[in-house]
Amino acid sequence: MLNVKEMLEEINASPYEEIEIKTPHTGVVEFVGLGLGDRVTGPSGKWLERPGTLLAHLTREKNKKPICATQKGQVMDIRTELECTFVEAGERLLTIRHFLSREEVISRILKKALHLFVAPERAKYYFVPEIDAKIKASGEQSVKVREGLDMFIVSRMKRETPLSYSGPEGIIYAVYFQQGDNVDGGQPLIGVCPESQLSLIQDVVNRVQGEWEERD
Amino acid sequence: MDIDKRTRELAARLTYIRDIFGPRENASVAMLRIRLEEFLAQATSLGMRELSRQVGLLEELFALLEGKLENELTPMDRVRIVRHPQRFCLKDILENVYDNYTEIGGQDEWSIDPGMLIARATIARRMGKKTVHQSVMVVGQEKGHGQEYRNAGSIKPWGNANALYYMRVAETENIPIHSYVFTPGAFPVEDYPGAAQQIARNLYAMAGLTVPIVSVISEGGSGGAEAIALADRRLMLSHGYYSVISPEGAAAIEGGLKERASPELIAGCATRLRITARDNLELGFVDRIIQEPALGARPEHFDFFRQLRREVVRATDEVVHSVEGLGPLRGMAIRRQASTGDPHDIFVRWSLGQKARAKLVRMRFDKYRAMSRAACRDNRTLGARLYSGLEGLLWAAHSALRHDFLARHKRRLLGLLEALEAEVRALRQGVGGPIGRLLGIGAGQQRRMEVAPEALELLTNLSCAEDCPCRLEDTWVYVSPKSREDHVVTCPNAATHGCLDLWAPDLFGEFAGVCSHCGHHFPLEFQWYLYNVFGFGQAYEFNRELESGNPLHYEGFDLKLEEAKRRTGLGSSCITFETHIEGVAIMMAVLVSPFRGGTVGAAEGEKIIRAAERARLKRTPFILYSHGTAGIRIQEGTCGGIQMPRVTMAVRRYIEAGGLYLVLYDTNSYAGPVASFLGCSPYQFAVRSSNIGFAGPGVIRETTGTDVPPKYHRAFSALSRGHIQGIWDRRDIRKNLHQALLTMGGRNLYYR
Repeated sequence: MLNVKEMLEEINASPYEEIEIKTPHTGVVEFVGLGLGDRVTGPSGKWLERPGTLLAHLTREKNKKPICATQKGQVMDIRTELECTFVEAGERLLTIRHFLSREEVISRILKKALHLFVAPERAKYYFVPEIDAKIKASGEQSVKVREGLDMFIVSRMKRETPLSYSGPEGIIYAVYFQQGDNVDGGQPLIGVCPESQLSLIQDVVNRVQGEWEERD
Repeated sequence: MDIDKRTRELAARLTYIRDIFGPRENASVAMLRIRLEEFLAQATSLGMRELSRQVGLLEELFALLEGKLENELTPMDRVRIVRHPQRFCLKDILENVYDNYTEIGGQDEWSIDPGMLIARATIARRMGKKTVHQSVMVVGQEKGHGQEYRNAGSIKPWGNANALYYMRVAETENIPIHSYVFTPGAFPVEDYPGAAQQIARNLYAMAGLTVPIVSVISEGGSGGAEAIALADRRLMLSHGYYSVISPEGAAAIEGGLKERASPELIAGCATRLRITARDNLELGFVDRIIQEPALGARPEHFDFFRQLRREVVRATDEVVHSVEGLGPLRGMAIRRQASTGDPHDIFVRWSLGQKARAKLVRMRFDKYRAMSRAACRDNRTLGARLYSGLEGLLWAAHSALRHDFLARHKRRLLGLLEALEAEVRALRQGVGGPIGRLLGIGAGQQRRMEVAPEALELLTNLSCAEDCPCRLEDTWVYVSPKSREDHVVTCPNAATHGCLDLWAPDLFGEFAGVCSHCGHHFPLEFQWYLYNVFGFGQAYEFNRELESGNPLHYEGFDLKLEEAKRRTGLGSSCITFETHIEGVAIMMAVLVSPFRGGTVGAAEGEKIIRAAERARLKRTPFILYSHGTAGIRIQEGTCGGIQMPRVTMAVRRYIEAGGLYLVLYDTNSYAGPVASFLGCSPYQFAVRSSNIGFAGPGVIRETTGTDVPPKYHRAFSALSRGHIQGIWDRRDIRKNLHQALLTMGGRNLYYR
């Protein structure tokens, strides 16, 4: 049974993720003048082509390499005592405190609460007519799924093959694809939750949507 | 009503003048503004007659001061004129110059590229009482009067492809082509087939079109202009500009690409690049200037359109006359009309006969071959020049004797011997049954082919540890100086491929700059290729005395050029030499990036042309290795830009003569050269990890407003787009080249 209250409390107690920046290999560390509490950004750009804020340099065999932030956040606990010293691989240099955004919190909750049924290959996915009719008439949460239920039609290069559901029994909480659009392999098609927890999950999501404070 | 209209026109003229002169303070403009404002303020209190008189006076004042302002136009003002929405566009030309037309390349926004307008048009000409409708194919960029979908005449690759298709239709139908250039530059996308590749295809095809081409240039910006401007007669409008790069682009390069260039720097570049009609006429890149009214022609200047019509008809007549003999009287009349005559009086049919078509292409080549020849420094002595000319003649004679005369007979003889041998083999197979066995004929048919003992040893003995490590492929003649530095290097793919750091002496020495984990190629010096791949140590370099100059006397460029020469020890960014690959003699041209970024100017163009001509005479393959080129050398202005059609025509001539023209890209190759003589090769290969494209990511972002993915220009993307034919490992270039020499190319290679 999902303990939503506990989960929310846990997130509220530490509404951030702590990312430890460690040395990828041995070398001499040089920090770039960041101090406690300084804000850093992660990789940016449409293709994440611009690296994050420069945190330190690590020099090994006269090869100076930059170490950049991997997430947006605030610098915590910077180990300035390592400045200009030789360190082993895996040595923690600093910690970035990344405050969770609303979407990240919801996705964490849903990841714990839902079973995601993913697309096995890139194709167009359709619900079988009976399920489709039911969803259109009474909404997606009216559909109960069980192991082996023929749910989808996979359409690719003029071939149409049936696809059955596999996973725990429950009802569809959310549909993540549009009928007729191409879905990449590995992307979720539906999220399933036990029937008893439906209202609970909805309640939590609504509360997060309404109450979560964005810090960054 | 009439007064209102005339007043509005005056206001529009004033707005136009103010747009042209920009933020510059000018007494004449201020006077016009004040006079017009005074008139508008008191207009309500004046009677009709007085109003008419005042407007008349104002119109006279406008005409007078426009004439005065005409003399004050700077090159940048002319750039603003051709880009002004009130300037006439191609549709205005079709309406006013031609008697009838039908658009065939799409209509308005319903076109594959609304910036490219293609139409079949007719010009009615009188011959006595008879009227003859002469057909022409009109292609050109349509800027429209501010319509956004026209994209300001910036053409996407498919627009240029469409133009090329209809130019070929014109060739099939044997009608002339009139091309009108109204473009600030091509739209720099790499979507199939890529901006550069399509311009190269256009240039290559236009070099061989067998119908007269007349181009009229209003705004000729860089590669976009070249895509349709290669012509037998090039006319230029007096207020137009024709340049290798837009002044803004030149200023961005001059001032450093990071910051936006100041208006003063842009105006300075416009002046230094010598982009005006008069400059281009003096430099010999256009044949004639068509005079426009003061401050540039606009759609209401009907006299100008009449003059334009006379000029394009006359130019087409001249082209036809130059290749097809007209009657003696008509020929004389055409020569005499150069100053004042009306071409309508002399009828010339524009369709050409077979011989004239071939002559037309030859003359077009000669025309471009003669351009910009004086724009580079030829340091050869008179004796050396004479020797070079004589050597050419001797080689031509030798080639004709050996490859045309003797080889023809040899081929015939070999053909006979081959047929005879095949007959004997057929006989042996036919009687290879019991009789054959009885007679002993056919014995040994199953015998394996003889293998040389050295080859057999190499194949069967895996190592020869007692002598030395048995390595043949990674022992390099030239080793990069980078290998003498004691440090390790990180592969750029380390994050995604998990490559381990490499020790520089290993990486740049034995590994030839190739990551041993992912195969990433680190850039190496051009000398590495010269000595390890092309055998430069045993090669014969020619035309070394041809050196880059500063034909436009571009401010500060002499110093930069001297510095580049001193630093690299080269006279230009191109090295041409004869060498051998596995016993096959080849002609090489190498563009080296350390010399001014491998940019191509008049010297480089001339050297490549001469190398192509030499390869044609000696019937050797011609290989162009681009160690890196940033484009055309902007400081040489149009002298650099004209190398695009010039060199393309030379390599086309070489390819058509039956040679093998192969291009190999390395590091970064961009812009003009890729959009012309590099991109037109049917065999283009790239060294791994190289980048190929038309414009770099920064320019694309600036021009189109869209970001490009990080690996947009990588060789593998170019291969996927169909631009290049393959990607080679640096260590295998020699082997792959040898394979290419044996399997690719035309009929006239000496070793075939």
